[in-house]
Amino acid sequence: MRARDLLHPRPEGLYCPPGDFFIDPVKPVARALITHGHSDHARAGHGAVLATRETIDIMGLRYGEGFAGSIQAATLGETFDLNGVTVGFHPAGHVLGSAQIAVEHGGIRIVASGDYKRRRDATCAPFEPVACDVFITEATFGLPVFHHPDDRQEIARLLKSVGQFPESAHLVGAYALGKAQRVMKLLREAGFDRPIHIHGALAKLTSYYQGRGIDLGDIEPATLEPGAKSDFAGAIVIGPPSAFADRWARRFPEPISCFASGWMRIRQRAKQRGVELPLIISDHSDWIELTETILETGASEVWVTHGREEALVRWCELAGIAAQPLHLVGYEDEGD
Amino acid sequence: MEAFAELLDRLVLTPSRNGKLKLLTDYFSTTPDPDRGLALAAITGDLSIAAVKPAMLRTLVMERMDPVLFGYSYDYVGDLAETVSLVWPEPPADKKPNHTPTLGEVVGALQSASRSDGPAVLAQLLDAAGISARYAIIKLVTGGLRIGVSARLAKQALAGLGTVDVSEIEEVWHGLDPPYRSLFAWLEGKAPRPEKAARALFRSVMLSHAVEDNDLARIDPADYAAEWKWDGIRVQAVSEGGLRKLYSRTGDEISGAFPDLVEAMTFDGALDGELLVGHPPEHTGTFSDLQQRLNRKSVSPKMRERFPVFVRCYDLLQDGPEDLRPLPLLERRARLEIFVARLDPARFDLSPVIAFSDWSALDNLRRHPPHPVIEGVMIKQKVSPYLAGRPRGPWFKWKRDPYTVDAVLMYAQRGHGKRSSFYSDYTFGVWAGSEGGEELVPVGKAYFGFTDEELRQIDKYVRDNTIERFGPVRSVRADRRNGLVLEIAFEGLNRSTRHKSGVAMRFPRISRLRWDKPAAEADRIETLQALLDEPVAPTSAG
Repeated sequence: MRARDLLHPRPEGLYCPPGDFFIDPVKPVARALITHGHSDHARAGHGAVLATRETIDIMGLRYGEGFAGSIQAATLGETFDLNGVTVGFHPAGHVLGSAQIAVEHGGIRIVASGDYKRRRDATCAPFEPVACDVFITEATFGLPVFHHPDDRQEIARLLKSVGQFPESAHLVGAYALGKAQRVMKLLREAGFDRPIHIHGALAKLTSYYQGRGIDLGDIEPATLEPGAKSDFAGAIVIGPPSAFADRWARRFPEPISCFASGWMRIRQRAKQRGVELPLIISDHSDWIELTETILETGASEVWVTHGREEALVRWCELAGIAAQPLHLVGYEDEGD
Repeated sequence: MEAFAELLDRLVLTPSRNGKLKLLTDYFSTTPDPDRGLALAAITGDLSIAAVKPAMLRTLVMERMDPVLFGYSYDYVGDLAETVSLVWPEPPADKKPNHTPTLGEVVGALQSASRSDGPAVLAQLLDAAGISARYAIIKLVTGGLRIGVSARLAKQALAGLGTVDVSEIEEVWHGLDPPYRSLFAWLEGKAPRPEKAARALFRSVMLSHAVEDNDLARIDPADYAAEWKWDGIRVQAVSEGGLRKLYSRTGDEISGAFPDLVEAMTFDGALDGELLVGHPPEHTGTFSDLQQRLNRKSVSPKMRERFPVFVRCYDLLQDGPEDLRPLPLLERRARLEIFVARLDPARFDLSPVIAFSDWSALDNLRRHPPHPVIEGVMIKQKVSPYLAGRPRGPWFKWKRDPYTVDAVLMYAQRGHGKRSSFYSDYTFGVWAGSEGGEELVPVGKAYFGFTDEELRQIDKYVRDNTIERFGPVRSVRADRRNGLVLEIAFEGLNRSTRHKSGVAMRFPRISRLRWDKPAAEADRIETLQALLDEPVAPTSAG
């Protein structure tokens, strides 16, 4: 059996013919295996869904109960037999509930890693490398320019600015699932013990994280009585990145806009968005981590999905590893 | 080096002036000598380091990585200094120096490197530094930090360290050299004011307030003298013991660009006046002409001949050994007339005093000045001494009315800081093309002149009438039938080869929102072109 016969791209997503299932399909299908809860990977309307408990809960929060015909929860480390194909879930370290999916049949093992990161993150289980023949990797930050610094150093810069500009509200843009809660946790670990204010779009997911035993301290909604701007002087307010360009942001005094994202490594990106304090905090792997992970899996072949495929394929060539882009459509290249 | 690198990164992204001042003052107060002084010199453009060409930088990095991967990286980032800082490979742990070099060490190493070992020294520094420090080092050696901080702002931040006023800092500035240890010691109250060792120093300029509603009713015209306000740039020409310097009004030295003028500074003293081009007294060139001579490092003989510069003198601050600044204006004026009479009349002339009986007579002169390069009148108290800064009372400026044009809003961009949730920066255009085929050509950009309430209204209009979005910019519906007409006020027009319309406005701002006016009735480009050809007394163009 060739690897291509075990998994290959279709317009709906990555398909396994012998097992008759898709991984992270972008259109409704009969059976879907989902790596994690970000909306470009986890969509509503499938017949049957197999994913981790957390991913299923997150999909339920986003789409409401009944987002799929039937649901089955997987535990990390657990394997399943789907029409003779062995499927296993392994932690990916991306967000709460995120998993790599290992697909094994006829002596070949392919690992679809979804999105993953290698840094410590107190809000989810750490990535575990899985030995395989073919490793399917994302390439969101697949260029040698991307180096994520230590996230504690980024949080320290934020706290320094809060000290320097006590009359300002610091508005931190962060994606609602994963990044926002990680920033909260990092602030707590750095000793910030005042309440953290959040935009309404973060409320459900944040209380879900708290319900899973992740202590985020005192989280309060960023709402106020009209005409009391000074309430937020010195505050840290976390919201989805789009919210700070919105009329919603007008309630805050002397706002300083911050954005927690791996894209903030590039100055022009920060400038374009009008970000004053870029925080380079990513839920994806940087260049070094992508390349080291490929070596760690021992894969003889690498398939590259969404992001900057060409540079990672070039690196594999130089390292003597067979590699090709998968050209899957429908995933966000820009989410982080 | 890390602290300096962080400072540069924050300054470049912080739009508010107060924010920049705070960042700078905090840096100066927490960074030891000589680093803070070298950083100050780098910001004010007074740090001299042999430049490294971009090609050399590219060669250095290509020796260290796959050229294809470098190509992808450079394509993506778009800025060579930034790309190199990011892709520069970390040396193996055993080869990496055990500390990041300080700014002092970096500058020292670069200044003592010979031309031939310059690249190797730079590579060593890049090996030793982290990503943001690498970026700062590359910016230092390739010249031009471009962080949106003027020398004046840096000096203002220095004033924030203690109780010394910025005008005093400007006066000692040109006698000091990096790393400015004596300056910092003085500002922090640990040492006396540095001696004025150097000659031909800058003297802080006296500025005026704009005339406001009730100002003139409260003062007696008999106590005041008036003169024209010329539309050039305010300068100070200082010559002492053979040393000649020309300063801008913020104390930046600009002698290098005006050798023709400096040559004629055959006096011992300090003159305050307006830099203009032309052949006085018959011909005075426009601001557009003057621009040909501004912001140049060197100037060709041809340029000197086509656009000769001269100073139209307003005031005399120093006459030989005597400081005239404490004297009353009229006494200084008398001395000025004697002083200027001895100078080359092609390079120095007097700004005439205007006779007037009452404010309405002066108002009439202000509205109908005898020369197109006059932008209003100055009103100066006859007994006023020459004071640094902008004291309220002794001097007023009373400008002629601005030009106006009705233009159509075309693009809106989100603002920064307080305005980051508002579309507050507007690009507007006027009609061009023949009847039936009219289209809008952009003629300028403005981001002030409106009230907070008007800003809210325009913001709503932009959001409701967006046809396309490019990042922070929205393209707004604007055709013959739909569009928001803005009355734009501006001080003058320059020819521009950079803009499609061929014109560039000086100091444009929104003066009125014309919700009542149909877009098709906005002005045409010909109206502006006519203004360009005949810069005569201002009338409303719209």
